[in-house]
Amino acid sequence: MKLLFNLFNYLVFPGFLFSAIIGLMAGWLDRKVTARIQWRVGPPWYQNFADIVKLLGKETIVPQGAKSTFLLSPFLGLSSVILVATILGVSLRLPQESFMGDLIVVLYLLIIPAISIIIGASSSRNPLASIGASREMKLVLAYELPFILSIITIIIKSQGIIQIGSIINHQINFGSNLASGSGFLAFIVAIFCMQAKLGFVPFDASEAEQEIMAGTLIEYSGLPLAIFRLTKAILLYTMPLLLIVLFLGKDISPLFIIAKYILILVIIILIKNTNPRLRIDQAIKFFWGPVTLLAIIAVGLALLGK
Amino acid sequence: MNLKLKALTKSLWVFHAACSPCNNCDIEILDLLTPRYDVERFGMVLVGSVRHADVLLVTGVPNYKTKERLKKLYAQAPQPCLVIAVGNCACGRIMFKDSYNSPCAVDEIVPVSAYIPGCPPKPEAMISGVVKLINKLQGKK
Repeated sequence: MKLLFNLFNYLVFPGFLFSAIIGLMAGWLDRKVTARIQWRVGPPWYQNFADIVKLLGKETIVPQGAKSTFLLSPFLGLSSVILVATILGVSLRLPQESFMGDLIVVLYLLIIPAISIIIGASSSRNPLASIGASREMKLVLAYELPFILSIITIIIKSQGIIQIGSIINHQINFGSNLASGSGFLAFIVAIFCMQAKLGFVPFDASEAEQEIMAGTLIEYSGLPLAIFRLTKAILLYTMPLLLIVLFLGKDISPLFIIAKYILILVIIILIKNTNPRLRIDQAIKFFWGPVTLLAIIAVGLALLGK
Repeated sequence: MNLKLKALTKSLWVFHAACSPCNNCDIEILDLLTPRYDVERFGMVLVGSVRHADVLLVTGVPNYKTKERLKKLYAQAPQPCLVIAVGNCACGRIMFKDSYNSPCAVDEIVPVSAYIPGCPPKPEAMISGVVKLINKLQGKK
């Protein structure tokens, strides 16, 4: 019974089906708002679903000499990101259900989509894909440091708890983490890192369409490409949800969560539409320079109790 | 109606294959993405890689070099892949028919699904051509 319940959690409600639908709708919102900013009309609401269904019906081409990881890596990324969505969804619904140290597990699982893209791109034997993979690798190295520092700020603020349910409970009792000085700085850092994790402008150098022809995804077609797009969509649902859990956990009734989710989504879309693409060296300088400094200040403030 | 076909007609991803054009058709194609025409309303986007493409948009008269490239591009695209010839040059070579550097027309290299004539064709003409192609795919008159 317990197993069946967990399977339902993973595949249907907070997991795959639910997060994929929300993520694809969020992706549509992104395209629509982008179009309106550029004074266009934009695609209809079912556009991303049509894209996925179409890709499922296309031929899957495996380039000559590609390793078996070429077809396996998309599934690796998708399954790990679904697991993150499930853990977050379950601990929002039933905060006591979460287990000790699941914040660490979530941190590790959130790196796996990027790793799966790197593995897939480097096993495709395409020179442009290898350029994209090397950029993705540098970007992961760049944003992980400030991201982990900003999460350490949260852990310090909630008296060393590394359990998502307890962090939510702490915020329900003592007010959300965003309301304090250190929490606010850490939130800004986390927003930048989320933008890089999602692979959106200004940090989309690994997928630069005009420059290296979709970079890491260049050799993918059909089903694996659809799975990569689904992974991106679910990440677009999961990352804002993680930020809500860590920073805005004061009120977790469904209506408030939806409002906060749309707020964070709008911030992402506005950053995406008002910035040019950074070169990879500029991105690394940005993350290891000002953003890490901001994160260190946040950790210091949290240690002082601010 | 067939779900696969319906999804295909609702999200045509276009790869732009320029076979030595004079660039006028290409400018008109880029006009389609601007706010005035905005083909993203119909789910059409330009993609960077031919592996993602559903439509190969060919402009210009192929010469000896681009002939081979076009053949390769069509082989690299995942099926089902449609080909649209845009402009008089791609439709039928017009005044370059007897040129020393023009081995054959586009439709002798790859199977063309729709011809859009004009020098260059207006964006409205291209949208109308794509609508006719979609109707043909759906089996309508």
